[in-house]
Amino acid sequence: MKRPNQLFRNFSAKIAAIPMIVTALFVFVGGTAWTVVYSFTKSGLLPRLKWVGLDQYERLWTTKRWIVSIQNLAIYGISMLVLVFVIGFILATLIDQKVRFENVIRTVILYPFALSFVVTGLVWQWILNPEFGIQSIIRDLGWTNFAFDPLYNPKIAIFGVLIAGLWQGSGLVMVLMLAGLRGIDQEIWKAARVDGIPAWKTYLFIVIPMMRPVFITTLVLVVSGIVKLYDLIVAQTGGGPGIATEVPAKYVYDMMFGASNLGQGFAASTMMLVTVALIVIPWAMLEFGGKKHG
Amino acid sequence: MADALESKTTSLRDGPRGPKPRRTFSRRNILLYGTLFVIAVYYAIPLYVMIVTSLKGMPEVRLGNIFSPPLEITFAPWVKAWSEACTGLTCRGLSIGFWNSVRITIPSVIISTIIASVNGYGLANWRFKGANVFFTILIFGSFIPYQVLLYPVVILLREIGLYGDLAGLVIVHTIFGMPILTLLFRNYFSSLPEELFKAARVDGAGFWGIFLRVMLPMSIPIFAVAIILQVTGIWNDFLFGVVYTGPESYPMTVALNNIVNSTQGVVEYNVNMAATIITGLVPLTIYFVSGKLFVRGIAAGAVKG
Repeated sequence: MKRPNQLFRNFSAKIAAIPMIVTALFVFVGGTAWTVVYSFTKSGLLPRLKWVGLDQYERLWTTKRWIVSIQNLAIYGISMLVLVFVIGFILATLIDQKVRFENVIRTVILYPFALSFVVTGLVWQWILNPEFGIQSIIRDLGWTNFAFDPLYNPKIAIFGVLIAGLWQGSGLVMVLMLAGLRGIDQEIWKAARVDGIPAWKTYLFIVIPMMRPVFITTLVLVVSGIVKLYDLIVAQTGGGPGIATEVPAKYVYDMMFGASNLGQGFAASTMMLVTVALIVIPWAMLEFGGKKHG
Repeated sequence: MADALESKTTSLRDGPRGPKPRRTFSRRNILLYGTLFVIAVYYAIPLYVMIVTSLKGMPEVRLGNIFSPPLEITFAPWVKAWSEACTGLTCRGLSIGFWNSVRITIPSVIISTIIASVNGYGLANWRFKGANVFFTILIFGSFIPYQVLLYPVVILLREIGLYGDLAGLVIVHTIFGMPILTLLFRNYFSSLPEELFKAARVDGAGFWGIFLRVMLPMSIPIFAVAIILQVTGIWNDFLFGVVYTGPESYPMTVALNNIVNSTQGVVEYNVNMAATIITGLVPLTIYFVSGKLFVRGIAAGAVKG
């Protein structure tokens, strides 16, 4: 299958691939490089190539709002990761017990995932409203001192967002885990039962290690979702009360399009990129690097 | 009760016969179904609260309980949310945002699906030197936080004169939908038997001929998955809408947020909830109707080929 002219080989295929090549090179590679380069400049309302070295980063890390944003993302991210996996996995094991109405249950648990973050944020803003929502209902039942107003209490506001995020995202993890559980050979279950190993031990020490690939891909999906956290905050709390629920993505947007401080926006978004890279690159090396060499 | 049922089927004289009867009311089952029921109720509550609140009048909402069903059902909040609610500047309701979203979603879905399907087909069957490099960049590109690319794309759109225009947003959705859709189509076309492709080649069909006459008719299900994925994704988008369009062309999610979170006047919770549920209606309908295809779409992100 050798042909003389390399350029015209598969010529139509090359023409058809132009949108992909342009997107990959110009937008993804070029755009990223552009933002990183301009994060070292003094860009304000408009981008301009006036170098200031690491000034933007110094400013960034001395800005209280950015520090709070990072802390919030860390609290939200870690809680979300742990809880979404625990909840998602437990839901999947419950549904995997050959229950009836499996389709109905799965549909009910997954529907929030079809809704946008804006809708999710607004519904939970309403449910967590202290005047009308859960707090007032429990007070009406007799516990008049009951306090649960996460969206008005700066100390726990981020957990109010977490409740909404979990409600929206746990169905996805459940579905992926369920697919993983269904992929486990039934013989393994039989063998474990013959050996008299209790079910929870089988899950913990045999099934979960076997589901490693599913766990890793789910992890990557969940983490890249967490870093993007933006719409939910805007809709549910607007970053408030005060700056209690600010997140990096919102900082970037506000700097770029609100405060006309592009340089800060570029520096902050570069930090976000670094965070993602620290997670994605080791994962990619584990997943794809091993195959090539071994 | 379970014991009574059991003794009926097993007579002592004949000895046990047939399969062991299933205990439907065993402690394990009560616990299992009880737990699942509570969980399902928890997930369903926000939808219920949305519907219930949107059907109440404001006096009834103020009286108290967000969970209580409406005493007097009224559709006035829905009407107001659709055509009169204020977004801070104007009071023309959600309808404008809805039609903007329609005008954004339809071309975005069509264009992104066409481009991604051709990409996937090329990658599966006509791999040229270097093709996989671009594909790998594309896949890794999907992990780049959107914030990193927001401004470069603003410049790109400004250069071609489409910044602030609906057409610009269509391009944005095509770009950012490309990685996952290309992956989806590539995996699907790779799974088709290669003999099919070879036979068409022998018969003299070219790149486009094979795509249109052999591959397309066989890939209706995967197109359905891609379209579902894109319609819900684009309809639910907020960030791109707010960055790349102006107030006149804001999609529905942005309009909704502006209506609910605008600080002017008295807050009308029933109208807000009506607006919220109207915005959620399109993806919800797609989800409930499409069922398994939707699940396949979201699982596609996790299945690496």
